[in-house]
Amino acid sequence: MNYIALKMLMGDRGKYLGIVMGLTFASLIMTQQPAIFVGLMMRSYSFITDVGLPDIWVMDPKVQFIDDVKPMQDMELYRVRGIEGVEWATPLYKGLIKARLANGNFQTCNVIGLDDATLIGGPPLMLEGRLEDLRRSDAVIIDRDGAVEKLGLPGPDGKPVPLKVGDTLELNDRRAMVVGIAKTTRTFQSQPVVYTTYTRAMMYAPRERKLLSFILVKAKPGEDPRAVTERIRRRTGLAAYTQAEFQKLTYDYFMENTGIPINFGISVTLGFIVGAAIAGQTFYSFTMENLRQFGVLKAMGASNWTLLRMILLQATLVGIIGYGLGVGLTSLFGWAMRNSILAFKFPWQLLVYSGLGVTLICVFAALISIRKVIALEPAVVFKG
Amino acid sequence: MSELAVHCQGLVKTYDTGDQKVMALRGVNLDIHTGKLMMLVGPSGCGKTTLISVIAGILDQDEGVCRVFGQDLLHLQQKDRLRFRAQNIGFVFQAYNLLPTLTAVENASIPLIINGMKRQEATRRAGEMLERVGLGQRLSSLPAQLSGGLQQRFAFARALVHNPRLIVCDEPTSALDHETGHHVMELLKAIALDDRKALVIVTHDARIFEFADGIARMDDGHITKLEDRHVKRERAVMGAMRA
Repeated sequence: MNYIALKMLMGDRGKYLGIVMGLTFASLIMTQQPAIFVGLMMRSYSFITDVGLPDIWVMDPKVQFIDDVKPMQDMELYRVRGIEGVEWATPLYKGLIKARLANGNFQTCNVIGLDDATLIGGPPLMLEGRLEDLRRSDAVIIDRDGAVEKLGLPGPDGKPVPLKVGDTLELNDRRAMVVGIAKTTRTFQSQPVVYTTYTRAMMYAPRERKLLSFILVKAKPGEDPRAVTERIRRRTGLAAYTQAEFQKLTYDYFMENTGIPINFGISVTLGFIVGAAIAGQTFYSFTMENLRQFGVLKAMGASNWTLLRMILLQATLVGIIGYGLGVGLTSLFGWAMRNSILAFKFPWQLLVYSGLGVTLICVFAALISIRKVIALEPAVVFKG
Repeated sequence: MSELAVHCQGLVKTYDTGDQKVMALRGVNLDIHTGKLMMLVGPSGCGKTTLISVIAGILDQDEGVCRVFGQDLLHLQQKDRLRFRAQNIGFVFQAYNLLPTLTAVENASIPLIINGMKRQEATRRAGEMLERVGLGQRLSSLPAQLSGGLQQRFAFARALVHNPRLIVCDEPTSALDHETGHHVMELLKAIALDDRKALVIVTHDARIFEFADGIARMDDGHITKLEDRHVKRERAVMGAMRA
């Protein structure tokens, strides 16, 4: 009977494609929109992820997320270094500074000042030049996306010419020379990232009494970073988080204080409802059109259980195809957008989640159809 | 040797349409023997379709007894009733009711598949039956590609493929012209009827009454007249011989 069920389903091409399209749409929306959402949310803490070496981030207790910099006094660094269980602690400057380009335009950049001695906190991957080149006079390293997009200068043909090693720009009226190009993960605000030394960053930054943004800490081997974190909090009164905790703090801030989750939640919910409505209604009308045929099978001796299996098989098949197409289209979308500014992250959990969503739609569509078929009187076949 | 295929006694069936109750059968008595073609005739709404539905075991009577080859279908468990129907009853419907997306051979194989036969074997047997009804060349045709007469032949093949002992037909010639209707009835009688099978046909079509061995005329839920055409035919032959 499985073969008959499949032929009944696929024989009506229009309806069959309608159901599959509905499920494809639902599956696409249920994966593509959350994938953008996940990508966007991961960008909110991508800088923390990029700075992989330290175990602990120390900051002012009022800091709510990575870009919410509330500077500390430099002496805090020495207090942290003195705490038991700390292997090393280095300063990190993070601030927004306007860069003046060669054509006179201004662009706000995310300037990162690294510890002069160790350069801890540097970019995860150098594409051109070396991290040590930061020790050269006026040296800065620019992230590739920033160098290509926002810091690029218009060429003779109108297309931007990327900033390259050897080019110069001005940061707060001070000369900066590009000595390297790095690959970094795009941040939430997508501003160009400019790496330099901590001392030089102090010169670029507007004059303030306190300029130390974060203290990066490594726990001694064998020490539990959470215990060290707790100790730093207790002894200094500063906020200290493990890398995962700081990522979560940032993530939670964006979840709770921005409209992003609601906007994406609405998109996903609408996609689910529209997909369920299209697929459910088409599947239901497909079953209704075949009701007489189910009646014929029933009259001939097919049991309700057999008919139920036929409908479930039909629902399962369109579900699998719709889900596969939807997920495939989302993957294709992600691949096509891999080099664009669009945030996109497609973790396996989304596959499970959207799979459950499509299953729910199929079960719903099958249930409303099954109810009609079970209640069907086989004597209907003798009505002309 | 003929045996009693269908025994109906005191059948009553009422439909509750909400506002009113419609009594479709009002104490119907009818016996149908194997080897015979019984026609149920009468005006629309007289209860023919209800009677054939009860006989076929797809509708429950409110009162009375209906035994098919000795089985009281009303008192069989649902599972056993389905099995009995699948094995012993063949259906031919007025609107053919062929599954439009299945080919002729696939349509004809459905009763065998319902009875648990493997698809390959069922397809082979269905092909043989289609050969018997003269449609061996049209095994892969879809119903929509065929004329009404050919669709009815396919419907016969589907009704007979599992060798049922009772074949019930609802208006099998109503959509066919006179000549095609005759051909179809000749074919049906030739391949569907033997000493162990019975054929019940609901019809309005007086042109095919000549094929009946018995005619039960119905009106308002009653059988008003039961004609034994077999006896009538024998008497006519004897009269002609005497003359």
